[in-house]
Amino acid sequence: MAETILDYLETAVKRFPGRPAYRDDSCTYTFSEIHHLAGAIGSRLGALGRRGGPVAVLMEKGADLAAALLGVVSGGLCYCPIDVGMPKERIRQILSSLRPVAMIASEKLTGTAGMLYEACPVFSFEALCETEEDPLLLAEIRSRLEPADCLSILYTSGSTGVPKGVAGTHGAVINYLEWLDSRYAFGPEDVLGNQVPLHFAAANHDLYCPLRFGCSVYFIPPDAFMFPKQLVSLLNENRVTTVLWVPFALGMAAKLRAFEKERPEFLRYVFFIGEVMPVRQLNYWRSHIPEALYVNLYGCTETYICCFYEIRREFAEDETLPIGEPLTNVGVCLLKEDGSILLPKEEKSAEGELCVFGAAAEGSYYRDSDRTAEQFIRRKEILAGAAGEGILYRTGDLARFGAAGELIFCGRQDEQIKHLGYRIELGEIEAAARGIEGIEDCACVYDRKGERIMFCYEGAERSKKELSQALAGKLPRYMLPGKYVHVERLPRNANGKVDRGRIV
Amino acid sequence: MNELYEILEDIIPEADYKTSTSLVKDGNLTSFELVRLVTQINDVFDLSIPSEEITPENFDSAEAMYRLIERLEGEE
Repeated sequence: MAETILDYLETAVKRFPGRPAYRDDSCTYTFSEIHHLAGAIGSRLGALGRRGGPVAVLMEKGADLAAALLGVVSGGLCYCPIDVGMPKERIRQILSSLRPVAMIASEKLTGTAGMLYEACPVFSFEALCETEEDPLLLAEIRSRLEPADCLSILYTSGSTGVPKGVAGTHGAVINYLEWLDSRYAFGPEDVLGNQVPLHFAAANHDLYCPLRFGCSVYFIPPDAFMFPKQLVSLLNENRVTTVLWVPFALGMAAKLRAFEKERPEFLRYVFFIGEVMPVRQLNYWRSHIPEALYVNLYGCTETYICCFYEIRREFAEDETLPIGEPLTNVGVCLLKEDGSILLPKEEKSAEGELCVFGAAAEGSYYRDSDRTAEQFIRRKEILAGAAGEGILYRTGDLARFGAAGELIFCGRQDEQIKHLGYRIELGEIEAAARGIEGIEDCACVYDRKGERIMFCYEGAERSKKELSQALAGKLPRYMLPGKYVHVERLPRNANGKVDRGRIV
Repeated sequence: MNELYEILEDIIPEADYKTSTSLVKDGNLTSFELVRLVTQINDVFDLSIPSEEITPENFDSAEAMYRLIERLEGEE
């Protein structure tokens, strides 16, 4: 069995050299081409002598970005894809936390990359691809790479205002792909239609299915998701057979009634992950594309995909889709408030913090051992028979076990929300807003029904335009509030802390 | 037109929605805003914009949106 992503790449290039692997609207790379590109990039980066170090990648989504990421791995390093659409200030924050040993940027972004972080070399992707391959170095790097080595560092919203880096291993991704192979029939004829940005953990599915199964991934241009007719045409022209999208993207097609005239003809598998999928929108898909299998996946950046639920019966609009059961080599349990642990076979309907162990608890917070120790806890109860040396990852999600032992998501323990498929700490928005002149204090709450972030503040009253322009300079677009409310006094509890519960 | 401006002010207050002719191209109107926009236009103007009319050309400017609304109102 493969141990690292590079083993998959080696096998794929031998089995399917001339087949397409990564495609977007401007280029296609076959397995052989991607192997050469990754080898060229890896040879240059490997020669830096910084084995295991992080490389920041500033490129737009597409086949080139996939080549860059595989190049970083081939060079014995781990990658951190940066969302280039973010405000510069936030990119700077991430880079100074990451302290990359090198950066790769597309030609037009190399100047920007160098300005955002000066303490490492910046390579243009185009120039790296011209490097002569060093087969001896590449083989040596590959032979030393271990499943527990870091594959990627992905940044996610942080409640203190600074995004936090999550280090993920090769092993967790391999475990997912082997599980996928054990359950579904993927082959070289399959085409994945990518929606998820590559700085999301869920995108590993699209990045690595080609290497595991010889299929190809087509990177759908992000704008196409807004325009139903164009989206359906692209899915059909590219014969897309499987998608893994966030519920927001699936829901959008339902809300815009995208399949009235023409529907996707080739879909076999529809996976979704990242937030709760509304049944009404799922039912729209199921009624128009009844032949596909729909699978609810669950996971977070820290755990990678760790649970699944296949939808094999009808669901009413007021029902909740379960998050189901853990993947092979993954365990789940609930941590109750009194510190005791509840396993799937034990009492039903009690809520607890969803914890995972085994192959899903191998991650850590990058260069933050305190936070790692807080969230990845050691528990002797799960040592017996379980992999992962008794480490439990506390997700912060609340869940309970249903009648058949399946997991059901019940909400969050903290101020983290899911909005448009993005994971957002409301505290990060508040921290950014406190820097705006005139705002004395503020609190954000999520309006689930209106699907928008509500921003309440004390201090001088400002127009919606002024506030959203000020915040747009600090936060990614998806974090911008949809409603601004000026209040005399925010509701507070006895200790003077803002009481969000009373804002709604 | 004023009703449309009100909707746009609510959804994309930071953009120059009255003059811009490239709301989609410039990234002012992303998928999230577009869904809200279509929902609100449908509600306020009592329409049901068919999915094939949701194209970049029809949503790149307030004027194009207004032309679409007038055309759909005329068809009813």
